[in-house]
Amino acid sequence: MEALLPYIINGVSAGGQYALIAIGYTLVYGILRLINFAHGDVFMVAGLVMVYTTSSMPLYVSIPIVLICTVVLGFAIERVAYKPLRSAPRMSLMISAIGVSYLIQNLAFYITGGLPKPVLNPIPWVSETITILGATTKRVTLVTPVLTILLVFVLVYFIKNTKIGMGMRAASRDFETARLMGVKINTVISFTFIVGSFLAAVGSILYFTNYPSVAITSGSLPGLRAFIAAVFGGIGSIPGAVVGAFIIGLCEEMIKGLGYSTFSDAFTFALLIIVLCVKPTGLFGEKVTDKV
Amino acid sequence: MINKYSVRKESIVGIALLLILLAVMTVIDFFLPSYHIAVMVIKKASVYALVAVSMNLLNGFTGLFSLGQAGFMLLGAYTYAIFSIPVAKRAGVYQYFDGGWIQFSIPEFFSEFLGETIGLNMGIILTLILGGLVAAFFAYLIGLPVLRLKSDYLAIATLGFAEILRAFFQWPNLGPLTNGSNLLKSYPDFKSATGYVVLIGIFIAMIVLLVNSTYGRAFKAIRDDEIAAEAMGINLAKHKRLAFIISSFFAGIGGGMLAMYMGTLQALSFKSTMTYEILLVVVMGGIGSITGSVITSFMYIASMEWLLRGLDSGTFLGIHAPGVFKNGFRMAVVSLIIMVVVLFFSKGIMGDREFSVKGIVKFFDRLFGKKTPKNAGGDGNV
Amino acid sequence: MSENPILRLENVTMQFGGVVAVNNLSLQVNPGEIVALIGPNGAGKTTAFNCITGVYQPTNGIVEFEGKPIVVAHPEGKMKKIYAGENAALYADRHSVNPTPDTITKLGIARTFQNIRLWKSMTVFENVLTAKHMLAKQNVFSATLRLARAEDRQMAEETEALLAEQDLLKYRDDLATSLPYGLQRRLEIARALATKPKLLLLDEPAAGMNPQETQELGEFVVQIKEKYGLSILLIEHHMDFVMNFSDRIYAIDFGKLICDGTPDVVSNDQRVIDAYLGVSEDE
Repeated sequence: MEALLPYIINGVSAGGQYALIAIGYTLVYGILRLINFAHGDVFMVAGLVMVYTTSSMPLYVSIPIVLICTVVLGFAIERVAYKPLRSAPRMSLMISAIGVSYLIQNLAFYITGGLPKPVLNPIPWVSETITILGATTKRVTLVTPVLTILLVFVLVYFIKNTKIGMGMRAASRDFETARLMGVKINTVISFTFIVGSFLAAVGSILYFTNYPSVAITSGSLPGLRAFIAAVFGGIGSIPGAVVGAFIIGLCEEMIKGLGYSTFSDAFTFALLIIVLCVKPTGLFGEKVTDKV
Repeated sequence: MINKYSVRKESIVGIALLLILLAVMTVIDFFLPSYHIAVMVIKKASVYALVAVSMNLLNGFTGLFSLGQAGFMLLGAYTYAIFSIPVAKRAGVYQYFDGGWIQFSIPEFFSEFLGETIGLNMGIILTLILGGLVAAFFAYLIGLPVLRLKSDYLAIATLGFAEILRAFFQWPNLGPLTNGSNLLKSYPDFKSATGYVVLIGIFIAMIVLLVNSTYGRAFKAIRDDEIAAEAMGINLAKHKRLAFIISSFFAGIGGGMLAMYMGTLQALSFKSTMTYEILLVVVMGGIGSITGSVITSFMYIASMEWLLRGLDSGTFLGIHAPGVFKNGFRMAVVSLIIMVVVLFFSKGIMGDREFSVKGIVKFFDRLFGKKTPKNAGGDGNV
Repeated sequence: MSENPILRLENVTMQFGGVVAVNNLSLQVNPGEIVALIGPNGAGKTTAFNCITGVYQPTNGIVEFEGKPIVVAHPEGKMKKIYAGENAALYADRHSVNPTPDTITKLGIARTFQNIRLWKSMTVFENVLTAKHMLAKQNVFSATLRLARAEDRQMAEETEALLAEQDLLKYRDDLATSLPYGLQRRLEIARALATKPKLLLLDEPAAGMNPQETQELGEFVVQIKEKYGLSILLIEHHMDFVMNFSDRIYAIDFGKLICDGTPDVVSNDQRVIDAYLGVSEDE
């Protein structure tokens, strides 16, 4: 137990970061029925912007810039790559998402020159090393889960109590009817991407504070894990995504702790496949049936 | 009567085209050194063509959106490498694992019996097919749970399986078989690009025949309307499994040939990015068009490996601009083109049409054959 | 009624969540009969079809084809608690049989769809030819290597014969979805016939047709019934069609059978008239 403790702490922290990404997946999937393959890359871009800005600007400028850039990117992706395909088959939408992911990675490669960018000026205070219960870690590990839960509560409150939140709920229940009932569907979708990207940016700042560098592929794996967390929790459900993310973060770190690092991702995917086959609606999801 | 005549004409033109292709290939092999960029492009592009067509069979013709291609290629590639490295070189390749578990080589075994040329090539082909069979077997197992899933869930589950497979092949405990995360190398290769083109041509021809058979029509029926297909007596589970297995079989062979082309093999190269790349080639060629996939594979590889090289190295089309044309610009441009195709030309270059000998014959008939009084004089001038 | 019906439904109930779409429906189709299933919109007619053809697993009841049970069901799992239909215990000790639609088609039941479901990327010819796939004996290897040429030729000839019979041969190489609506319906019938069924289920075959087309369709249905020795169960809203061409009628409302018998009996039944026209409260 003593030996596993650092892994448990890391697991909770990773879970919080995955949760922030997973919400983006789950919100978008809930409305567009699209696995936004580019979401992990948005996360990566946030990391890159952070590396570039923190090295030249004070914190109170750089952090807002990271958040704004990421939100603009998420918004632009939806407008350019998904909106024109609103009436196209779902497969085209998914292909477009894969294309965007490919494009972002290649553009990032071109801009960064292909080498991982070291995180030289991590955010002070949160990146300081502390010791809890005999385990050494950075302060961010403790901040992450707290901040995650806080943001989730704000989001849930927002979705429950505002007009646009109601639009989001209506669109995820029945896209066409919501549109017919006068929900401004394009605004709602854009807003969904903005919220998702914002949370991914926060997740990214926390995530890369704990890592030595940002590479162009840094987004794919956390992205996939977060997506799996969203499926595990029941796609479309925010609490589901958060619970799923914490479970996956914990499991992964525990497996590393037991000395099977090679299989930590394989385990996550195995979990995904088992969930899909046994209970495709996940922990909190709802069943959808097709009409013949 | 007209029908019979045109069928005969078509087969004559078809055979003529094949012969021309073979002649060109022989000339290329004879005059160009094997490291020449044209030879490399032909080899790699034909491998991509096979893999893209196999993916098209599944995603385009059966409507199953699978992203497991890289995983099945990995299986084929490793099977090929593991069973074809010459025994004498195994100690060197598997230096951290005492020469590995397997101490025979199929191509070597055949070349002992049938001589260097025939035996070796036959051994290579059989080992490649073995790789395809291994991939097909895994496809059967993986298909049992995942083929019941719908579109995007199927995509993510197959992607997951490919990642799991990759993790297993890097596992140190399987090192004596897979060499862990170290390179596999020293396995035999065809001496010429013709070998690649002929073999892959045969495989693609088989896929074309399958697509146009009654099974191919059943696959298309499932793609167009699953419920109607089922109501017309087409067993969904059986036919989806069949398409998945056949597609994986050819992906496995393609993987083996990619390993052959690359010369060294590492599980790390078979990431999901490879699947995405192939998927985008399929999309650009037209989902549901085999000739589209083939043509795009050649265009894509030729531009990536050859024509657009300048974009990465400073000078492109005579313009010298090292500030812009630096490492990564080529990929950025290519992915931008891909996005434009996906968004504005979603049918790809061929849609779901095919480029056929019949079409060529018709085209030339219109150009020369069907002389109307008007353009008869024009012909005389030529 | 006949002792040996070709199709027999016994107490079939289909419940979705709390909604009972088909409630304890029993009916039978005798060999050589044309039987109509009528009822207002949402009465559960198409759901009944889906229970027969294996698209849905009914919640309770038995479907028999040629005397053999092809679907057997009783409430299971969560449904045990919320089941709102009748005869819950009747089949509880029977082993449930839940075939996929293709197995039912292979037994000899073919269907058409209310909202036409032709394969949209295929030509008229290919649509019918593909329906012959389930009868083909070739396996995937002999099909790929073209070893079963005789069978391929036979399938193509039978397909052309079916198209000729429907007057569709001139559209042979057109895309199925490019045909006018009425012809698409006929093509769907041709496609169903390609599976060589014994029982044909037609879901609103005359929908969207004018009276003359409806009359022609009715004559055509009788004609193919005679020619192929079929029995036919159909859903239809055109009352003249139903009255002129069916031997017997089952009328359902809210999933329940309200009346059955010959066209004369059903058309004069007060319950049927009420179901269609609605009953005002004070009567």
